[in-house]
Amino acid sequence: MAKDTDFMTKIKPTWCVGCGNFGIWTALRQALAELSLEPHQVVMSFDIGCCGNGANWHRVYGFHSLHGRPLPVAYAVKLANHDLKVIAISGDGGGYGEGGNHFIHTCRGNIDITYIIHNNHRYSLTTGQASPTTGHGEKTKSTPDGLIEYPFNGLQVAITLGATFVAQGYSDEVVHLKELFKKAISHPGFSLVDVLQPCVIFNGKDVREQYRAKVYKLEESNYQPNDKAVAYAKAGETEKLPIGVLYQESRPTYEQQLPQLAKQTLVKQEVKKVEISELLKEFK
Amino acid sequence: MKNDKNTKNNPVFTWKIGGIAGGGQQVAGLIFTKACVHGGLYTFDSSEYPSRIRGGLVTYRVSIGQEPVNSIYQKNQLLIALTREAFEYCLADVAAEGVILYDSDEFEIKADEANGKKIYPLPLEKLAKEAGIKSIASNIIITGACTALLDYDLEILNEVIKETFAGKGEEVVAMNLTAAKFGYDYAKKNLDADKFPYKLKAQGKNDQSIVVTANDTICLAAVACGCKFFSAYPMTPASSILQILAGWALKTDMVVKHPEDEISAMHMAIGAAYAGVRSMTCTSGGGFALMNEGLSLAGITETPLVIIESQRPGPATGLPTWTEQGDLAYVVNSGHGEFLRVVLAPGDPTEAFYLTTQAFNLAEKYQIPVFVLVDKYISEGHESIVEPDLAKFEINRGKLLTEADLAKITDYQRYQITADGVSPRAIPGQAGGVHLVNSDEHDEFGFTIEGFTPEIRNQMAKKRAAKLAGILADLPKPELFGPAIAKLTLVGWGSVKGPVLEALKSLTDVNYLHLAAPWPLDSATMKVAVKGAKKLVSIENNQTAQLANLLQQATGISVDQRLTKYNGAQFFPEEIVELVGKL
Repeated sequence: MAKDTDFMTKIKPTWCVGCGNFGIWTALRQALAELSLEPHQVVMSFDIGCCGNGANWHRVYGFHSLHGRPLPVAYAVKLANHDLKVIAISGDGGGYGEGGNHFIHTCRGNIDITYIIHNNHRYSLTTGQASPTTGHGEKTKSTPDGLIEYPFNGLQVAITLGATFVAQGYSDEVVHLKELFKKAISHPGFSLVDVLQPCVIFNGKDVREQYRAKVYKLEESNYQPNDKAVAYAKAGETEKLPIGVLYQESRPTYEQQLPQLAKQTLVKQEVKKVEISELLKEFK
Repeated sequence: MKNDKNTKNNPVFTWKIGGIAGGGQQVAGLIFTKACVHGGLYTFDSSEYPSRIRGGLVTYRVSIGQEPVNSIYQKNQLLIALTREAFEYCLADVAAEGVILYDSDEFEIKADEANGKKIYPLPLEKLAKEAGIKSIASNIIITGACTALLDYDLEILNEVIKETFAGKGEEVVAMNLTAAKFGYDYAKKNLDADKFPYKLKAQGKNDQSIVVTANDTICLAAVACGCKFFSAYPMTPASSILQILAGWALKTDMVVKHPEDEISAMHMAIGAAYAGVRSMTCTSGGGFALMNEGLSLAGITETPLVIIESQRPGPATGLPTWTEQGDLAYVVNSGHGEFLRVVLAPGDPTEAFYLTTQAFNLAEKYQIPVFVLVDKYISEGHESIVEPDLAKFEINRGKLLTEADLAKITDYQRYQITADGVSPRAIPGQAGGVHLVNSDEHDEFGFTIEGFTPEIRNQMAKKRAAKLAGILADLPKPELFGPAIAKLTLVGWGSVKGPVLEALKSLTDVNYLHLAAPWPLDSATMKVAVKGAKKLVSIENNQTAQLANLLQQATGISVDQRLTKYNGAQFFPEEIVELVGKL
């Protein structure tokens, strides 16, 4: 059985000391090990950004995609081989900005993949511009006079568009996050885990203080994640930040609805010449 | 054809019908075409239609011959005009001795308006009422009338009608058979059928028994050679590929996905290929523009991929439903950065079939993107062809590792440096093959490198480029049609092939060099190919003579003259004969 260290390559992370990404990385590889998965059974599709650089130290079948484009790659990997555990990794910028269209439409189909958003409210790798989740009025490298837009709420969008597992996490709550990842990965269907992630360089100096004051665990209340309207409201909370499963439902996955995949995975089908005489009849 | 015409000078009979969108001309036209093919004749069709769903002007024309017809001809011997607009637009192309049938219930043609051509009135609304059929079937009345006028076998037409409407129930079949018979009887009785100047004669069965477009044969090829994943976003003139494969998905166990945009379609095709499945996408120029970054991703990750690009006139939205060969240079140079790709350009549906099977082999053998570049003219035009022969192609998946292979390897390197540039490929799920596929420049393991190790960057770039030698050896060679020695050699690619081959039937001392693989071009191969040419003239359906430029750039070979056409239509054989005459 794999240990969490089996999910680490020999490459040393390039993240800044204190980056929230370390917590997410730890929680994720521990989750994979505790789910009794082996590295070769897992595919991770990465965005471009600080989170995406993690492609180099996650030891799985990794695909370091283009900015905003991990989801369609992950989607098709799952369709090609639905025996694999497929996880897509983005930041708030790639996930909700560049890749927004893919996010919106992937929620609709309930393909069984897990989407983990490293949400630090900035484009950090490009040195600090505003992202879709940056707060209204914030002064950043690209919005020195204050951001005019209001933030994109990925949790609410996911609930609205039919995602069947929607959760918010916090990178410093590693044990809680690990359990969240285990649930998300085991959930049959599209799972979104948006993880609040302090960026020690481009968030305010008091970012962790703020999170400590606001973050609270849903499991410690009587919260039931079975009501869309309640979940939608919960996901909109800003004075306090709820972490845990906001919404979950059971629905057939996309690939379960493809008769082509009922007998075996697509990749197991032998690639050989296929008779086309039946198909030719309509052209005669 | 008129039986007393010299088949060398006037080998084909061209039938054209013009009406409104939604009027059923294409259905009726295809039925008429298939009736010709069932009688052993050869056909090539082409539709003109606007970017709208109802109304406007739509034409269907088919050139019919007693020997294989490679192109549509410009001049029509029989025009059927269902609207005034159709009559006015189509009149100029009626041949010198051509005739016109028209819907006399819809509009009137005055005696002096028809350029002296004989006109035959067909009161379609009245006839439909008399026959007791719905007006949607009036076009079938026309096919019946034409059958009578041309003295063709009504039984053959009926056979096709039954097959065409079989899926719609007995009532629909009966209605259409009634329509055909009605039109047939009416024409025999009222339109002086015996004195009609043209006849079509069935000549038994021949081996060209299927009527297909290049899009159809691309789909057939994809199925035949084991493509299992297809993702695409609709765009004219590539959309029928998505629709056909979607319709066949359950029968062929293929996963067909229509996602939110072309960027997704491209990345899905890449994802499926990465996961070890033969994978394809299709689009037109504008959709391909959105796929460029993805193409670059396929290049650096060395992911096998087949991309069907069916061209239409650009730039931007351009002429969505018309034809041009305007994207060759674009496709050759597309995707930022430097990486190899192959561009195959079939000239007809038969070539499209075999080149598509080759595309998958090249993609997997060399782990590169491969284009099959077609255009509206052959993507949507039907040609009667011989059924594809599965024995005539092979399946080659290149260096795919098994788990047994991987068990013998420690520290597997996805991008191992090899002499031929191709690294053995593991796929997700295989034990012992874990690796990183990376859009960043990377080392042999796939890990990101920076510019601080420029020697690794050089190594990787050289490895990827080293594939060229193998690719060039595997590409289809230029093919010469016509006399081995000629005063004039035309050189072209893709769909100009058909019109040129037809033109050659009326030309002497001219041959045609066809490039089915316009990229990459090999200097040595091309120099041999053009060795005998006394005068070399390029012929391309674009404005800037893109192949001529590529030829010059890659091999130093210059053409003596460039023939171009970019008005939204393909070349016609008659036009080529005229142009050659002026050279």
